[in-house]
Amino acid sequence: MIRWLLWLLGGVLLGGIVHLATVLFLPQTATQDAYSRLLAITKVNAMVPLPSPSPQAALMPFMDPAFVTAVCRYDLSQGSLKLTAPVTPAYTSVSFYTRQGIAYYAINDRAAGRRVIELELMTSEQRAQLPEEEDVTAADRLIVESPTLTGLIVLRAMTPEASVMPTVRSVLGQAKCQLQPVAS
Amino acid sequence: MRLLFGSLLSFILAAAIGLGATWFALTQGTAFGAITLGAWTAWPKTGTQDIDPYARAVIARNGELPVGLGDGVAFFARNDDRGRPLDGRCETIISGITPQARYWTLTLYDPDGQLVANSVDRQGFTSQELIRRSDGSFEIIAASRARPGNWLPTGGIERYVLVLRLYDTPVGVATRAGREAPMPSVAQRGCS
Repeated sequence: MIRWLLWLLGGVLLGGIVHLATVLFLPQTATQDAYSRLLAITKVNAMVPLPSPSPQAALMPFMDPAFVTAVCRYDLSQGSLKLTAPVTPAYTSVSFYTRQGIAYYAINDRAAGRRVIELELMTSEQRAQLPEEEDVTAADRLIVESPTLTGLIVLRAMTPEASVMPTVRSVLGQAKCQLQPVAS
Repeated sequence: MRLLFGSLLSFILAAAIGLGATWFALTQGTAFGAITLGAWTAWPKTGTQDIDPYARAVIARNGELPVGLGDGVAFFARNDDRGRPLDGRCETIISGITPQARYWTLTLYDPDGQLVANSVDRQGFTSQELIRRSDGSFEIIAASRARPGNWLPTGGIERYVLVLRLYDTPVGVATRAGREAPMPSVAQRGCS
């Protein structure tokens, strides 16, 4: 009897380990995460506008239909990136996600404080290699450090009313994300 | 022989408990870092690097990009104020005021996060297009049939989720009390 109870206890403990292992391991095995879903319709290091979500088709679940979205799928292995995004009349934000879809940084137009949002995205190694005086003189340069080599920059602009959708779309169409080759 | 049966029992039990708990946690959601105000629940930490392992697994599984905390906060309501699941065949009144934010949107999804088709092609409201009372408060009626005022069509689906997103808002990880963040009430009535 005691022996069976011990087997049961062992099973319960092992079950706990299985649970934790699957939760921690699942993100690595996911084939339908946001990055994979965007792989087919985006290009590396280029800003691509996404179709608006509709009841028939949505790229990702829980997308806000009041927003126009553009995505830049980045790869920093060839150098850092420069992002330029004009501000739309209502509200614009830039969010940075890792390959696993974790939002590590987000900024809105008011926090950026300009008519055009300008950001540089680089890895911490690339930032360390910046010439020192350059870093000092450009104090108002916004530099974002990416924890991973690849990831997503998501540009989102609000359409307070459906009628301004075309305007917002054309403003967002001017956004760019450009690779800056390593200066050596 | 006993050893074989014993270990077999242990392994079957381990697989059932382990996978069952994972499935339950990923579909039901967890309480880690959740802020619950009335019918509304938000997970502000999910929009940061401090995201917990359960939320990481959830977004990897459903393919969602969570709203970054520097951008805004998303509040989800699956039940009304009295804890009854939101039913598209009933009439639900969402009324009151929202916490301080530059803009907000209220959107209706099916439980999987897809928009719901309807004849007037309306899936939600933004803070700009809403009809308000003179004191700034509002009333949105979610129902399957047309209503005067701010009508949010449910398409008559059995279960739905309301998502209130606040953009450029002081509401975040540190928010605790409903006094800091007054959320609209969600009242369900008149099921047909």
